[in-house]
Amino acid sequence: MSVAPVEIEQPDTESVVLPDKPWVTIVWNDPVNLMSYVAFVFQKHFGYSREKATELMMDVHERGKAVVSNGTREEMERDVEAMHGYGLWATMQHDE
Amino acid sequence: MVATFRRARKGGVVASFGADEARIIRHVLSEMVELLGPDDTLEEDPLAAAVGIGTATTTPDDPALARLFPDGYTDDSEASADFRRYTEPGLRAAKREALQTALETLGDGGEKVTLTPDQAEAWLRALNDTRLVLGERLGVTEAWDELVESLEENDPRLGLFWVYDRLTYLQETLVQSLWAAP
Repeated sequence: MSVAPVEIEQPDTESVVLPDKPWVTIVWNDPVNLMSYVAFVFQKHFGYSREKATELMMDVHERGKAVVSNGTREEMERDVEAMHGYGLWATMQHDE
Repeated sequence: MVATFRRARKGGVVASFGADEARIIRHVLSEMVELLGPDDTLEEDPLAAAVGIGTATTTPDDPALARLFPDGYTDDSEASADFRRYTEPGLRAAKREALQTALETLGDGGEKVTLTPDQAEAWLRALNDTRLVLGERLGVTEAWDELVESLEENDPRLGLFWVYDRLTYLQETLVQSLWAAP
């Protein structure tokens, strides 16, 4: 028996369904936290590169807030708790 | 002498404080421990208390404490209340512990103090929390220079601004020392 070769439809990577990550952690700007410290915390807690951590910090500074992570509700609760531990002003919300 | 941190050759960081600075820092860190208070937010149910579940569900009235323990949800007070019950006692204990570590390693000034990376991180958190509280009390804004310039010479807040400024510099040297570490 043989099987005729069939064209297997490869899923388009663009349309691959990503794991459901509907929650986001937002860090808000405040006048006290040092810019260097905020970037340091992003790098340390999230494991981001220094460049990405600095970029996110600048977003917080210039736009007043930035989404710093996304994931499940439980994951975001852990991130928000960690940010509060560092003294950053963070909240979580359902991403719409 | 100006208090600074710098990177230690064998990892960790070295702190140098003058005797007067050490006294002032000890004073403000001790006030922070007092502000955080004892663990009276813990659930009376011993099982709940053992796993760190508290009773507080509302944002603290004191704006400085509210800044240290903000709401966890952007727009959901019910979820924020639950989040607070589960996280605030642990956060409060961790903040108090970081302050205690800083107090224990501060010394009397005049001599160099070598901190392990863990102790250095405790200092980092303790200094940041202290600045958050001072900043809240002083109404610090991003226009810091203008704010200080606007104060009268005999304004009682000037001394606290000076302390806040010193702690800012100290924290900056600590971030840079930790960041330089391989």
